Amino acid sequence: MLACLFLSGSCAAIDTSEPFADPKLQARYLVLTHELRCVQCQNESIADSPVEIAADLRREVREKISSGMSNQQIRELMVSRYGEYILFKPRWSARNALLWLAPGLMLIGGGIVGWRVLRRRRALLTDDDTPLDEDAGQR
Amino acid sequence: MLPELGQFAMILALLLAMAQAAFGLVGPRFANSRYMGVVPFAVAGQFVFTCLALGILVAAFVNFDFSVRYVAENSNTALPLFYRIAAVWGAHEGSLLLWIFVLSLWTLAVTLRSRGLPPSFAARVLGVLGLLSMGFLLFTLATSNPFARLAPALPDGRDLNPVLQDFALAIHPPMLYTGYVGLSVAFAFACAAMIEGKLDQTWARWTRPWTTLAWAFLTAGIALGSWWAYYELGWGGFWFWDPVENASFMPWLVATALIHSLAVTDKRGLFKSWTLLLAISGFSLSLLGTFLVRSGVLVSVHSFAADPARGVFILVFLIAVIGGALVLYAWRAPLLKSQAGFELTSRESFLLFNNILLIIAAAVVFGGTMAPMLSDALGLGALSVGPQYFNPSFMLPILPLLGLLSVGMHAGWKRGNLSRSRRAILGTLALAMALALAITFGAYDYEAVLMPVGVALALWIALSALVDPVDRLRRRLSLSAGVVGMSVAHFGLAMLVLGITVVSSATTERDIALTPGQSVALGKYVFRFEGIKSLEGPNYGGVQGKVTVLHEGEAAHVLLPEKRNYWVQQSTMTEAAIGARWDRDLFVAMGEDVGKGAWSLRLQVRPMIQFVWLGAIIMMLGGITAGVDRRYRLAQEALVRKTDAGTPSVSAA
Amino acid sequence: MNRFLLPLGAFALLALVLAVGLKNAPEKGVIVSPLVGKQGPAYDMPDLHDVARRVTSNDYKGSWHLINVWGSWCEACRVEHPVLLAIQGEARLPIVGIDWRDEEADGLAWLQQRGNPYTRVGVDKESRVAIDYGVTGAPETFLVNPDGVIAYKHVGPVTPQIWREQILARLPASTQ
Repeated sequence: MLACLFLSGSCAAIDTSEPFADPKLQARYLVLTHELRCVQCQNESIADSPVEIAADLRREVREKISSGMSNQQIRELMVSRYGEYILFKPRWSARNALLWLAPGLMLIGGGIVGWRVLRRRRALLTDDDTPLDEDAGQR
Repeated sequence: MLPELGQFAMILALLLAMAQAAFGLVGPRFANSRYMGVVPFAVAGQFVFTCLALGILVAAFVNFDFSVRYVAENSNTALPLFYRIAAVWGAHEGSLLLWIFVLSLWTLAVTLRSRGLPPSFAARVLGVLGLLSMGFLLFTLATSNPFARLAPALPDGRDLNPVLQDFALAIHPPMLYTGYVGLSVAFAFACAAMIEGKLDQTWARWTRPWTTLAWAFLTAGIALGSWWAYYELGWGGFWFWDPVENASFMPWLVATALIHSLAVTDKRGLFKSWTLLLAISGFSLSLLGTFLVRSGVLVSVHSFAADPARGVFILVFLIAVIGGALVLYAWRAPLLKSQAGFELTSRESFLLFNNILLIIAAAVVFGGTMAPMLSDALGLGALSVGPQYFNPSFMLPILPLLGLLSVGMHAGWKRGNLSRSRRAILGTLALAMALALAITFGAYDYEAVLMPVGVALALWIALSALVDPVDRLRRRLSLSAGVVGMSVAHFGLAMLVLGITVVSSATTERDIALTPGQSVALGKYVFRFEGIKSLEGPNYGGVQGKVTVLHEGEAAHVLLPEKRNYWVQQSTMTEAAIGARWDRDLFVAMGEDVGKGAWSLRLQVRPMIQFVWLGAIIMMLGGITAGVDRRYRLAQEALVRKTDAGTPSVSAA
Repeated sequence: MNRFLLPLGAFALLALVLAVGLKNAPEKGVIVSPLVGKQGPAYDMPDLHDVARRVTSNDYKGSWHLINVWGSWCEACRVEHPVLLAIQGEARLPIVGIDWRDEEADGLAWLQQRGNPYTRVGVDKESRVAIDYGVTGAPETFLVNPDGVIAYKHVGPVTPQIWREQILARLPASTQ
């Protein structure tokens, strides 16, 4: 664990393996290595973590991509060994559904609240309201 | 001898804080002006002893007093002077003392500027602040004494964590705490109002400058931390949605909502209970952040040495403070109804949605940060939430917000009258879109739809922010600090959004191993590795690499990345080399010797990243400008004159 | 009145979550292994002591055994070592060692210096077996039952207390 603080700054993090010849595969590799949490330096992805096991895990990803596994299959494989904690992007599941849907639901809820407040306030607006004096510079 | 004096000073400060709290809250209850008169002295005394304690700790560091355990754990004979001082807040105990110092500083400031406040209200504000000081002093003395001795004294210290031996990180905590703790002033104002059972437009006007200034410092503090992460951590990123980063970002979002909500309450007496709740939440989130970082509930690269025992204390404190405030809220908020109205296109309406969207954004960050803990607590297993969740989820409320901002700036109070500004709105939009397309396709390769959308939104905000000030200047009208500050802050936001959008979409990077003489192309630039030489510093040794960056054949930059080995802690740090220019950074970090003379290097071209820092600085300046607007001071003086003119308020005892 | 109690109610729930989180805090950072209760992955490693032989997962099928991940570079492994030697001394369980990310010479020298508690030691230089077993660092210890199912995993040095309460307690009476 201490290694994470002390090796701060990408020593072994720098991935000197040859990039994939196929840019699509390389792109998949980058996506996956940024999505997988380093199991030792747990607040970094295996792409950025300086410890050796991160380099080993990157190699795993590389080999599995070469062998034809899909991104989803590789994720499942990692989860089967390390648990869901290794994914930075929560899987879509019954438990995680709320997490993913919450922002959208809140947006809808917020819209409803806003609309109701607006309706009430518009109704409170009377015609003989004196206009607010805009004293110079007052906004 | 001196450290014991420091501890004693803290005890005295605690006693004075208790006096401040007791007299501040009891005095007004019984309309006893003698009691209330004690408060400013308690504040001053507490400040003096807090300074003394901090000063003694600084002296202990400067003079290498390794008999003090905290100094032994965080310093070393080879540590340069600047970092010896910064080490004072480098770890848990010292950073708490810094927190306490900043709190007493803000309290002193409020005391000195409270002439325009009704005495009972001012006393209550200071009383609440006194309770907060008490809590922190008690916590520090009981569980985290920075002056604890080490027997026998060590001959030399364990050195400051090399990661912290850096300028930006040295000033990041003081700046951040100034912001964090500054929100306690708004909190105290809110509590005082709830205790009194009165919250009106005047209250909002008093609270605004304090909140705006705290917000400005918080902006700077977060930006400093982010900037540090960028050049120090070696991967070129600047925001990772790390729990500790989120712990500072949530109060910022709420504080932003608060300063806007206060504007509405000040101007029209609306949104009172919203504003109250935001004032409570802002500081509550600061406290929550403190808890998360120090209690060990979160795993983070940032977190202080975890100690669940301390966590219990903070949690109890959290419950007392926030719970207490929310009880007051439940009691008083129902009385805060107003009958004012406003139109759909009015400024109030835009600020209403501003509130809602910012609160949703804060809730998204909160949810993502707390979800793992929640899942664990409910026995639902491990869950992990990272940037791949936060980025899209955060953008969901923020993108509409950015769009609404440009229109809302033109909206008048109460009725909006947007039709007057139709030309300005559409004109700025058209110009922004044109420029965005030019930048996206002209300067950079089109990568993702995020780029033109983000750039267009940012430019639209920037142009809109300039419309009103330019118009006023043209018509030779005066510009108050408030208007200038607002426009500047919004402009700064635009720059920030511009920087973030471009750097997120158009960064190019490459990890590669090069032997001296080899080069690699990255976009329009060619990076040529020249070789390495050995290096020695005050408390480290290592190697320095040399990379020449060529642009169209000509040397644009010579970059010197380093790998340092700090002797005492036996740790290795990478110092990335950055070739900065207003429109792009060239970034090189050195990895390791991979054999045969080759070294691994991380190379990046980061366009427009300077705009991120620039935007943040501009926002801070805008906030400070707005916060010191004479209008607030004039209002206070007007109130003082009115009081002196014979309103029987307080009897001279 | 009811509407304004919501923030307090929400905060109460939050406080509860924080309290539970705090209680669980000491175990933070330890990833709970999904392999417990499942078949241990198959492995086939070169033997540290004999170039010609392999250490495979079939070797100890049919009996309870421990798998211990260690390395000569690992500080905490030194702390654990006497406990492992004691376990070997009581001759209760075979211990299969995985010399992780180590040069054979270093691993051999380390065991030479400190004694060898392992029945067999496999060499895993590239972390292949380690990753298969969800290893996050050294030392880590797995208790495997006769069917090859992982009954228990411990992260960090095995202490006498862990040995008694977690490992020994899971063995059937006949082997105790």
